[in-house]
Amino acid sequence: MPIRVLIAKPGLDGHDRGAKVVARTLRDAGMEVIYTGLRQSPAQIVEAAIQEDVDIIGLSCLSGAHNSLFPKVVSLLKEKGAEDIKVFGGGVIPDSDIPKLKEAGIVHVFTPGSSLEKIVAAVRDCVQDNE
Amino acid sequence: MSDLKEKLSKWQQQYEKVRERFPERKEKFTTSSEIPVEPVYTSLDNTMDEAADLGLPGQYPYTRGIQPNMYRGRLWTMRQYAGFASAEESNRRYKYLLSQGQTGLSVAFDLPTQIGLDSDHQLADGEVGKVGVAIDSLADMELLLADIPLDKVSTSMTINAPALVLMAMYMAVAEKQDVDWSKLKGTIQNDILKEYVARGTYIFPPEQSLKIITDIFAFCADNVPNWNTISISGYHIREAGADAVQEVAFTLANAICYVEHALEAGMAVDDFAPRLSFFFNAHSNFFEEVAKFRAARKLWAEVMKERFGAENQKSLLLRFHTQTAGSTLTAQQSDNNVVRVALQALSAVLGGTQSLHTNSRDEALALPSEDSVRIALRTQQIIAHETGSADVVDPLGGSYYLESLTDSICKGAQELIERIDKMGGAVEAINKGFIQQEIQDSAYKYQLSVEHKDQIVVGVNAFETEGVPPADLLEVDPEVQKNQSEKIKSLKQKRDTEQVNKALEAVAAAAKTGENLFPPVLDAVRAYATLGEICGELRQVFGEYQAKEVL
Repeated sequence: MPIRVLIAKPGLDGHDRGAKVVARTLRDAGMEVIYTGLRQSPAQIVEAAIQEDVDIIGLSCLSGAHNSLFPKVVSLLKEKGAEDIKVFGGGVIPDSDIPKLKEAGIVHVFTPGSSLEKIVAAVRDCVQDNE
Repeated sequence: MSDLKEKLSKWQQQYEKVRERFPERKEKFTTSSEIPVEPVYTSLDNTMDEAADLGLPGQYPYTRGIQPNMYRGRLWTMRQYAGFASAEESNRRYKYLLSQGQTGLSVAFDLPTQIGLDSDHQLADGEVGKVGVAIDSLADMELLLADIPLDKVSTSMTINAPALVLMAMYMAVAEKQDVDWSKLKGTIQNDILKEYVARGTYIFPPEQSLKIITDIFAFCADNVPNWNTISISGYHIREAGADAVQEVAFTLANAICYVEHALEAGMAVDDFAPRLSFFFNAHSNFFEEVAKFRAARKLWAEVMKERFGAENQKSLLLRFHTQTAGSTLTAQQSDNNVVRVALQALSAVLGGTQSLHTNSRDEALALPSEDSVRIALRTQQIIAHETGSADVVDPLGGSYYLESLTDSICKGAQELIERIDKMGGAVEAINKGFIQQEIQDSAYKYQLSVEHKDQIVVGVNAFETEGVPPADLLEVDPEVQKNQSEKIKSLKQKRDTEQVNKALEAVAAAAKTGENLFPPVLDAVRAYATLGEICGELRQVFGEYQAKEVL
């Protein structure tokens, strides 16, 4: 069974170059990838993730709203009893915010310049950990 | 000439010998747009007619510049894009920048403002004041522009879908400052088409958006004659992944679409074309970028003259703002970004830009700190005053390589524009997902080339060091949203509700009948209706754009 991934853009940020490049990379690595498009609320993202039965969600945000949006996705997953779905994120995220995000349950945070190979490996690893 | 051919053939033999013994660094050299790069260029590479194709600065087709003397008269406008948190805080940053020698303002709005939502809207959670300043009503705009003489500064506002409302607010502040509208100078971005393909802050569907844009053209031509009513932007198209040729082609295809709509609405080309302005990216492939600016200028002059029959010389001039490429900034060894920005900025100056924003070194990490912004501004001042680049017009003109690149970019962009024409124009090409797909393919290809180290990015995939992340990043006060929401609450208690409701009804009525929206929106703004309320009325009538996602 291929890994199923939801790539999502929470909030109002319109910068989706990174999200789309990551989506395409994961797809080329053999995963099934769904992209939500822009302006999704955390609730919409969680709903889509459950409906599409994904293994992992990738969140992208370059507007600085990550501190409030990323943890909301994790807590909503818990609320819906879907905490087996892992969450990773990326964007313009200062190093000092990363520990807080990890504490909130974001398994990986990728900042500008991250290698695609590392992202693919990280997604594989954390989904396999789950199995 | 025959002498040169002979010499060239000798050189070719010599070159092949060297290459056999010492293989070159790459099998094939190309620019970012995959234009082949030869080892050397000579006059034999240029088939152009110098007088006709190149001309002189200030003369058709303006390849060498829009004015005869360019920066010898006046330097470009140094305009740093800024805005964050509250109107008061941004107002302080503007005054700081003006005190440091900046010559124009450039207002960054936060995302809720750019999407026509008030700060107390649920979707605004976490976004208020983040990428720009939050403006909910005329009251915020008054604070934003407090003590800034609107008859003296020129102001650029990066606002698109709700551009009409923010422009109306700016004009209402001018009224309060007793500044005549005819003295206002500046630009609204107002370029919705690139929002659909690259930037994402759209609200309404294309046809309705184009109607609003045409309303702005018409109203401002009569009332704010010195205002640039649109800034047709390749910048974001490039940031989203397009290469230099695509940047020129998609920008001009969008521009053609705006001109066609204004003509269809009954305007005469020379009535609005002089107020069209452009916005390009200054990326890292130095010579390709200089050539790109020159190529865009030439193509636009030809389009306006030949396709649209413009007669006013001002209609032919491609006047543009440039910003250095945000996507080339690295989070790793972020001080290196100062050097990237300097080179990109120099390419914009050598390409003849009218105004320039230089990015700050810390923008791959956060909003820029005051220190970083100062270095970015100083970079422009060093180019202007120390390098001599501003003392001569089009200093690279006539370079065999540069002219060959300029020509290649013209041809490549022309072909793409023709393809879009055949699809039925920019709106159709967007509806088909063609432009989006082209941009994404380029973005993906670029990322793979970085991944495979065909493209070296210093500090990222080569010359890496264990770095200490920079301290002193700017953090936006998380209280901004709460404060803005409270401001809205108290505003709604203070204002004349009946007057507001009447004004909002008039906005909705005009949207339905197709009358020019500007006068009723101005009234609504003056009555302190909020941005969200005004855009809400328009949403009701116009509906909202549903993006088609292509991967």
